[in-house]
Amino acid sequence: MRAAVSWIRAVVPGLPADVTTAQLADRLTALGLKLEAIERPGHDITGPLVVGRVLSFEDEPQKNGKTIRWCSVDVGAANGTGEPQGIVCGAHNFAVGDLVPVILPGGVLPGNFEIAARKTYGHVSAGMICSARELGLGDDHAGIIVLPPDAGAPGDDVFDVLPLRDEVIEFEINPDRAYALSLRGVGREAALAYGVPFTDPADRPAPSSPSAAYPVEVEDPVGCPVFTGRSVTGFDPSAPTPDWMARRIQLSGMRPISLAVDVTNYVMLELGQPIHGFDRDKLAGPIVVRRAREGERLRTLDGVDRNLSVEDLLITDDSGPIGLAGVMGGETTELCETTTNIFIEAAHWDPVAIFRTERRHKLPSEASKRFERGTDPTIPLIAADRVAELLTTYGGGTVEDGVTSVGAAPARTAILIDAELPARVTGMDIPAATTVDNLRAVGCSVVEDGSSLSVTPPPWRGDITDPFDLVEEVARIVGYANVPSVLPPAAHGRGLTRSQRLRRRIGRTLAGEGYVEIVSFPFIGTKDLDALGLEDSDPRRTVLRLANALSSEEPSMTTTLLPGLLKAASRNAGRGASDLALFETATVTLPRATGPAPIFGVDQRPSDAQLDELDKALPAQPLHLGLVVAGERERPGWWGEGRAATWADAVEAVRRVAESVGVEVTVRAAARAPWHPGRCAEVMVGDAVLGHAGELHPRVCTAYGVPGRTAAAELDLSRLLEHAAAMVEAPGFSNFPLAKEDVALVVDASVSVADVEAALREGAGEYLESIRLFDVYTGPQVGEGKKSLAFALRFRAPDRTLTEEEAGAARDVAVRLAAERLGAVQR
Amino acid sequence: MSGPNTSFDPVEVTPLRADQVEEMREQAFAAIAGATDLAELKQVRLDHAGDRSPLALANREIGALPPQARKEAGQRVGQARGAVQEALVARQAELEAQHEERMLVEEAVDVTLPTTRRRAGSRHPLTTLSEDIADVFIALGWEVAEGPVVEAEWLNFDALNLGPDHPARTMQDTLWTEPADHHVVLRTHTSPVQARTMLTRKPPIHVVCPGRVYRTDPYDATHSPMFHQVEGLVVDEGITMAHLKGTLDHFAAAMFGDGITTRFRPSYFPFTEPSAEVDLICWICRGVNSEECRTCRGEGWVEWGGCGVVNPRVLIACGVDAERFTGFAFGMGIDRTLMMRYAVADLRDLFEGDVRFSSAFGTEL
Repeated sequence: MRAAVSWIRAVVPGLPADVTTAQLADRLTALGLKLEAIERPGHDITGPLVVGRVLSFEDEPQKNGKTIRWCSVDVGAANGTGEPQGIVCGAHNFAVGDLVPVILPGGVLPGNFEIAARKTYGHVSAGMICSARELGLGDDHAGIIVLPPDAGAPGDDVFDVLPLRDEVIEFEINPDRAYALSLRGVGREAALAYGVPFTDPADRPAPSSPSAAYPVEVEDPVGCPVFTGRSVTGFDPSAPTPDWMARRIQLSGMRPISLAVDVTNYVMLELGQPIHGFDRDKLAGPIVVRRAREGERLRTLDGVDRNLSVEDLLITDDSGPIGLAGVMGGETTELCETTTNIFIEAAHWDPVAIFRTERRHKLPSEASKRFERGTDPTIPLIAADRVAELLTTYGGGTVEDGVTSVGAAPARTAILIDAELPARVTGMDIPAATTVDNLRAVGCSVVEDGSSLSVTPPPWRGDITDPFDLVEEVARIVGYANVPSVLPPAAHGRGLTRSQRLRRRIGRTLAGEGYVEIVSFPFIGTKDLDALGLEDSDPRRTVLRLANALSSEEPSMTTTLLPGLLKAASRNAGRGASDLALFETATVTLPRATGPAPIFGVDQRPSDAQLDELDKALPAQPLHLGLVVAGERERPGWWGEGRAATWADAVEAVRRVAESVGVEVTVRAAARAPWHPGRCAEVMVGDAVLGHAGELHPRVCTAYGVPGRTAAAELDLSRLLEHAAAMVEAPGFSNFPLAKEDVALVVDASVSVADVEAALREGAGEYLESIRLFDVYTGPQVGEGKKSLAFALRFRAPDRTLTEEEAGAARDVAVRLAAERLGAVQR
Repeated sequence: MSGPNTSFDPVEVTPLRADQVEEMREQAFAAIAGATDLAELKQVRLDHAGDRSPLALANREIGALPPQARKEAGQRVGQARGAVQEALVARQAELEAQHEERMLVEEAVDVTLPTTRRRAGSRHPLTTLSEDIADVFIALGWEVAEGPVVEAEWLNFDALNLGPDHPARTMQDTLWTEPADHHVVLRTHTSPVQARTMLTRKPPIHVVCPGRVYRTDPYDATHSPMFHQVEGLVVDEGITMAHLKGTLDHFAAAMFGDGITTRFRPSYFPFTEPSAEVDLICWICRGVNSEECRTCRGEGWVEWGGCGVVNPRVLIACGVDAERFTGFAFGMGIDRTLMMRYAVADLRDLFEGDVRFSSAFGTEL
């Protein structure tokens, strides 16, 4: 909403003269009309800009086909000499003796256009006679401005005559303050801000008549509770819009079009009631207000042919739809340059119906913006009458006696509140008397009954329905600046949950391991899943699609964090950083076959069973951890060689993460996209699979444009955290000497280290303290298809020194078990 | 330099001869002083203090002497051996010190050599800032509540007093999931966590909910379809706007420093009534000479978020006794707070995954 300060002052004459625009905007912001911007049109013009009288001119045709006027203009003493000023002018819409605005050399027009005496068309033109556009007064550039004969004497300043300079406050009006989408509303708030009287411009007697201005039948009184109208006949369609009105419309951000259209817009801006003018001669039969029928169409004023929905409210006549109610008029009955008889319609529409129609047709308009937020249902007829008055004042013709008035504004119900409620809710010291005063100041009628107040909101405040709405009205006038700052009484929380603490720890662990955390969007497309090499049956292809995705390339919610990580890795590699370790923790979305999520009422809590049903309708959203590691894990340097990242780094990162939350994971070989089928570890806790880690399939590296041999892991963190030990038991440990036994076992190359280790561990018995693989050998000494695994076994008893024989015996049992189970042969 | 090869040519010393004992002592002293490194000294020790050294052999003979001579000879040889032993210990310490000194000089390295074999990792500043924010409230005794990102329409809108035709629904353009009649959305704010909290806990409630939210915003330097919010909610008996103001002032000072307070402007949110927008005193210019300030652009204040008293309709929909309890709620953009606090020029830097961005912030903010 843009409001010229001059107009606000005209509506609120009591506004103190010394209040600056910035101060006014501040006060209105404090009341809830938020300042968006202050514009100062005309303030970029500097004089001398004066009244000039055209003394004489000669029309001089030019070679380029134009005819210029070489004018002699009396500018009084403004040019310092009192002599007439010679000025070249391209326009012809003036006569000798006319007063015109003249900018003299040294002046500056909008756009930093500096005026100087300059040679043009064979003359020295000492200044310029200005058009409306040149002065920033509108789009009119067909001719120069001709000032009224009483505008002043040559040499007088033009700034106040036009008036050129104004200030415009642009407000961001919240949805609950529809009334402030008008000068009536802004003026009311301005008067409230400065405690000065306010005369409501809508406070006019409503006309009445036994006859209708035009026959109207409202078939849908729910959608259209009030429909009113007046008729004007004998209107002169060529009559111009008065400058002051055009200027106010322009400053309000709308374009002046023609007197008839401008007047309806002007009254909408003034009162907040949108109005529609019909060319009455184009109407066929009575107007009927109803919902659209299946298949009906309407070509609206913007020239668009629209398919109507049965929910759309329409204004129709015998020809069918002639207007999309409250949103936009139709083309067939549009006011035009030959319109002389006008039916002025002003109605009150159901905000929900207008909201839906506007959204459905994507057709926001000045009218729908007001109707969908709620207009004052008591003023349509007053607004129509005001339009009729202005049309006949400036365009001639007569207002017909008839008055169309169908329906009535619904009565408001009173809201009961305790006078202390505003104090109790805001924590401010607000006496009951202040509550009553402030409620009356915003237009409520208040009946006091002890401390209980019965408050009826004014008709323009459809937003006020609840006691707390009244609290806000009282509080904003008392001033939010007066709300004291007090911490609430102490809370008694128990800190972060264990899961929250562990998640922090996981992030720190990975950062400590050299991984950089990223945050990426969860949107993916089929292409991303194809690039992972997922089979058609892979459950990760079952994605939740968005109905209105931002990009058709990425219309779904991801089921894996790897695409986001790999894209980030590729982006980094493209920017020169190909030695990378990245991780991300985020939820993924795994759809479940469910019905729709229920929509409950809001007048009571849904039952636990209902809430359960709601949760079940949502997709599963486990928290995942993803990581990628590529390029050099360790750099080469003066210390020697670097070390390339491998599958083992991804597995190690996973182990570190698990360790950091006290979970021991095991791994086993697995074949799963997008990993290299021979270099993928399935990560498990007990029998539960938590995720996978290893080197990526070469084709995946190529598809995502990441360095070859990039390794990656993805884990279900939600599940990992379920296994996190709630409590660690302190270990008891022995201080007796350690007994060391090393063994080297030859096994088939296909036997996994984990299996050998498990056999040794099981066989080594209760005194085994640790077991560690310290070497793997393949080569001629062990033979083709074999490998030698060297393990360090460490034994210790809790209560005595183990003898060499005891340790040796334990080792032998361990080796025997490995031999039995896996065919291991001791070297 | 070393003494005579006494190992192979033992010098006969009789303990009765003071001059011989004396000479052996002097020879030992000379040999000790002449030892230039620890290896030489080791040999000297063998030669002059070992089991087969002249003084040791002399000592052995003392037992065979007549009793009257034994005492004197014993004293003489004992003193000599003691003196040699002392000299050995002293020389040993001397040589060890010399050796250590030389070794330390030889082992000197260029400590300016690079030492980083592996680059440092880091956490994302959005994560660490979210944790910092949570910690401010944890310190106040609040708890951190969480909820799903893919959320039921009823919780994202209806329960928060945003009915199906509420004009405010146009304020937050929603990403809907398919099929659209399943009433599931990507949550447009963290407020559904508020609702979930009230639906599952009994007052008093003090929770803060940081999390991801989505809207159909374009992706540019100041907008993103995904961003992060932190929501705060308190529901108890006697809660007022003053408690809201006190909490936000505390939060502001914790985030931006002492003396940074907040200002409320009337606003509109369906889930709060009264509602306010929260501005911060510009922490760069502190409202002084703000015309020059690039952070607040002359306002002296910076927009931070929205807040208000929980609308009783929300309490009712979530099963809280609205007659007995009142509450307040607030919501701030974490991304916006991060951008303000660290002068991030382009929002997209947060989501591109460029390691140079996160790395600049380290593991903790």
